[in-house]
Amino acid sequence: MTPELNLSRDPAHLRHGSNIGQPLSRVDGLAKVTGRATYAADNNPPGLLYAVLAVSSIARGRVAALDVDAAKAHPGVVEVMTQANRPPLHADPDGKPNPFSFRFEALQNDRVRYANQPIAVVIAESLEAATEGAALLAPRYEAEPARIGLDAAAAYVPPVVGMGMPAEQRHGDVEAALSASDKQITAIYETPPHYHNAMEPHAIVAEWQGDRLVIDTPTQGLVMMRARLAELFGIAPENILIRSPYLGGGFGGKGLMAGPQVLGILAAKMVGRPVKLVARREQLYGPFGHRSPTRQTLRLGASNAGQLAGIHHHARIATSSFEDFYEAAAHVTHTLYAAPAIATTYDAVRVDTGTPLFVRAPGIAPGSIALESAVDEMAAACGLDPLAFRVKNYAEVEPSTGKPFSSKALRDCYTQGAERFGWWERPLKPRMMRDKDGFLVGWGMGTATFHALMFAGQARAVIRRDGSGVVESGAHDMGQGAWTAFAQIAADSLALDRDQVTFKAGTSDLPDAGIAGGSAHTATVGTAIHNAGAAVIAKLAELATSDQRSPLFGAGNAGVIARQGRLLRRDDEGRGESYADILARAGLDEVEGSGSGVPDPTANEQYAMHSHGAVFAEVKVDPDLGQVRVTRMVGAFAAGRIINPKLVKSQLVGGMIWGISLALHEEAITDRRSGRIMNANLGEYHVPVNADVPAIEAFTVEEHDPFVNPLGIKGVGEIGITGSAGAVANAVAHATGIRVRRFPVRISDLARRA
Amino acid sequence: MNRFDYVKPATVAEAIAAAGAPGAAYLASGTNLLDLMKGNVVQPARLVDITQIKELTRIERLGNGDVRIGALVRNADLACDASFARDFPAVAEALLSGASAQLRNAATVGGNLLQRTRCAYFYDTASACNKRIPGSGCDARDGENSQHAVLGWSAACIATNPSDFCVPLAALDAVVEIAGASGRREVALEALHLLPGTTPERETVLAPGEMIVAVRLPAAARAFARHARYLKVRERNSYAFAVVSAAAGLVIENGSIKQARLALGGVAAKPWRAHDAEALLAGQTSDARVFEQAADAALRDAKPSGDNAYKIPLARQLIARALQAAAQGTPSRMPALPASPFSSVPGVLHDA
Repeated sequence: MTPELNLSRDPAHLRHGSNIGQPLSRVDGLAKVTGRATYAADNNPPGLLYAVLAVSSIARGRVAALDVDAAKAHPGVVEVMTQANRPPLHADPDGKPNPFSFRFEALQNDRVRYANQPIAVVIAESLEAATEGAALLAPRYEAEPARIGLDAAAAYVPPVVGMGMPAEQRHGDVEAALSASDKQITAIYETPPHYHNAMEPHAIVAEWQGDRLVIDTPTQGLVMMRARLAELFGIAPENILIRSPYLGGGFGGKGLMAGPQVLGILAAKMVGRPVKLVARREQLYGPFGHRSPTRQTLRLGASNAGQLAGIHHHARIATSSFEDFYEAAAHVTHTLYAAPAIATTYDAVRVDTGTPLFVRAPGIAPGSIALESAVDEMAAACGLDPLAFRVKNYAEVEPSTGKPFSSKALRDCYTQGAERFGWWERPLKPRMMRDKDGFLVGWGMGTATFHALMFAGQARAVIRRDGSGVVESGAHDMGQGAWTAFAQIAADSLALDRDQVTFKAGTSDLPDAGIAGGSAHTATVGTAIHNAGAAVIAKLAELATSDQRSPLFGAGNAGVIARQGRLLRRDDEGRGESYADILARAGLDEVEGSGSGVPDPTANEQYAMHSHGAVFAEVKVDPDLGQVRVTRMVGAFAAGRIINPKLVKSQLVGGMIWGISLALHEEAITDRRSGRIMNANLGEYHVPVNADVPAIEAFTVEEHDPFVNPLGIKGVGEIGITGSAGAVANAVAHATGIRVRRFPVRISDLARRA
Repeated sequence: MNRFDYVKPATVAEAIAAAGAPGAAYLASGTNLLDLMKGNVVQPARLVDITQIKELTRIERLGNGDVRIGALVRNADLACDASFARDFPAVAEALLSGASAQLRNAATVGGNLLQRTRCAYFYDTASACNKRIPGSGCDARDGENSQHAVLGWSAACIATNPSDFCVPLAALDAVVEIAGASGRREVALEALHLLPGTTPERETVLAPGEMIVAVRLPAAARAFARHARYLKVRERNSYAFAVVSAAAGLVIENGSIKQARLALGGVAAKPWRAHDAEALLAGQTSDARVFEQAADAALRDAKPSGDNAYKIPLARQLIARALQAAAQGTPSRMPALPASPFSSVPGVLHDA
């Protein structure tokens, strides 16, 4: 009989391996740099046709006419799909079967609700013919005035923000706390709309094989997407295979299925041939989500000595005219600084854009730059060093809930980060530092934080007769290194060397790995793999310890240890047996186990779970011309157990660069009249280039978290952005004495006026 | 995208003959034209691909000391020609501050001169643009126009010329050699581009079918080699168009300015030569006060065309800085970040 085990924690079957913690290079790195890694759009099944989206140039109204005849007359064009002739869907694109289903456009009617909305699909024998066919549609519209910007409509209080958080949340009496404070500041910060801009555009290759649907498309949520498609097309999920082995960046933009993917599948259905649909760069600025613009009002109260008494963080945000998604920009304030009274409130306006959705560090990225700026402003008001102020207001327990943290090595981040940066040389007052060439120099910092989440994921592990292992989970490699990190965990889960374990991921027929988002994928899938391995080892142990012929017979009470493909008696490691021998004697080809990774409800009830970090930035600013250059950044992060330090460093550095981007570069420029985005290309939608990125030092401090999950993983995908954007903004203020509150910081904010 | 003819002549004469057809356009590396065609912003009826015309690929030193640069010389090849960069350092610096390494490897000298504005309303075919469709209006006027012109603009058009290369060329009296059906002619680079007035669709003095075959830098422009800079303010530190740029060249003898050259980029529909400022500088001592006066003179007629008033004091600061940098002397080596304010002081270690 298999003993009752808490597979996550029970030490009855210890496993040993040293793959976790190794700075391995990506297992898929060679394939990627040599072009052998096949991304979705690299697939070309026989008989393939090409579909091109025609998108709207108005932001609101209806499509009055399309010249379908002209498009169809173009040589090579096979079909034009419009709202008049597209095959039926089994479910309404405007339906809302669950909170993770967002309304989308699949030509269900002639309405236009944002610029760049798909209004037709042209299918042709070549990409060129389809592109030309789409241009020949020459749409005519009945346009209505576009509502653009945070003042475009009457504001209302949204029902919830983020994924189900209250739009008004109060802890203590903030108004009383503020009015009784020695120092009070009110400051308004603005962030613009941001788009994901992954290098790989959204793409789909769809092929119907009778009732069976096979698609190649990048997704951060294979099984969730499969379920949604099953609903929409009225077929069983088992009849859909989604392949998504590699993503050229996700950043939340590929978390959910989007309209153009459904259109690609419909197009394939309509023509009865495989169809490839790739969104053009400018078409990515519409149906795939973006980060809402925000206008955040921060009111802080503190004692003269710099003890925070209250924080009120209010966020004005935007959502689309037809869907509800509310960027939870204020909520970060509940978890970071020890103010006895904290309130977060929201209001929202409906605008004529695509629905804003998840973008890397949803809510917290824009919220953090505002909060970290405001905290700096309050530190200055109290005459305190920004780091000293933060330490003074260090939260020993989660401020809003009073829960202890499952772990919080933020103090170490502050100390070690400040040390490496040389922070304590910083003059208190702004505009005090110049380099030898006369440029203004400023130092700023910010606290990084991100919740340590887990979703629900499954994995399957197998030990084969030859003693090798197979581990499977439909996990997603967005470029972050999932193939590698999970292979490391898989090897340790079976106590095998990495080259003895085959790890399979990236297709929807594997166990559900949940969604790769929320910085939770490693924790979720890692735990599932860990548990699946434990289940297999437990079965092997059961086989061995109950078999008189095994040297492990009778070891059940003492327990066994798995190490390097063998089970050993815990009380006598000289007695052991290989996996292969155990299976051979039992006459089994293989033994299989499953595991899941889910959050522990008890632990979550008891503890607040977050990653933390401290980011320090140095900028130089031309005192006359206002041009900014980040010259140095140091980030110290506490994120629990680090599976692969090399990949983690890449994640953290990438996040910190995104922080530079948020503070200094990124902005979708929308024409207020037309609602069209005027810089929908990578030339003019600025993200940092090499010349903007200094030597960045990112490191992790030791943090052991026994509560988040059995492996102690917290996740590093998003935290790098948070804190960093504020650090750069604060460094600019320290360099210049000018506090810019509308991001990104521009030349016009800093250039000398006279 | 319209259907178009494509021809690939081997000589200038064949090219001109081929471009006599209505709606013809010359194609060099196409770093701008092909994007415009794909976006349906322009619809040439015929592309005359001139990339096989070998005679246009040479950099020559002429008998009179002028340097003649063939229209097909790549931006990167010109900037990295050691002799050229030594003689005309501000031109090399401007070239290296433009676009990206990949684009500079492809883009040509003639193409750089004829690149179109980056005004987003020109590229967006759903917007009104007098340059794209004469008489249709200008959506930039009340639109997103923080990057638009502050000099020489008109009610019809507030777009700017995006070229970096043209700015020092204008300052240094470069000459453009033009070939057409009626023979060859020359115009000063400064006179190549037109201000918009009421006909913003006319961007240069080129007649239909005329082509640029070369750009010539006069021997006399070498006089500025020891005191020449190009500086460019931009919203990121590379791969961005200028918010404002300035090319400055000085001839300094015994602490006094014998000759001055100054031109601005990013402020007008053409590279903006500041003759008044040059006249004011001549004969003055080389000091900050004089540079500020020159800047004032250069911007006397500047006025915002929209949400861009900041560009005027910014240009003023930049002119003073560029003159100061020129006065301090051309850096002995090309700065690692060409034209960046962060390399404006000789010896600055910008990656330190």
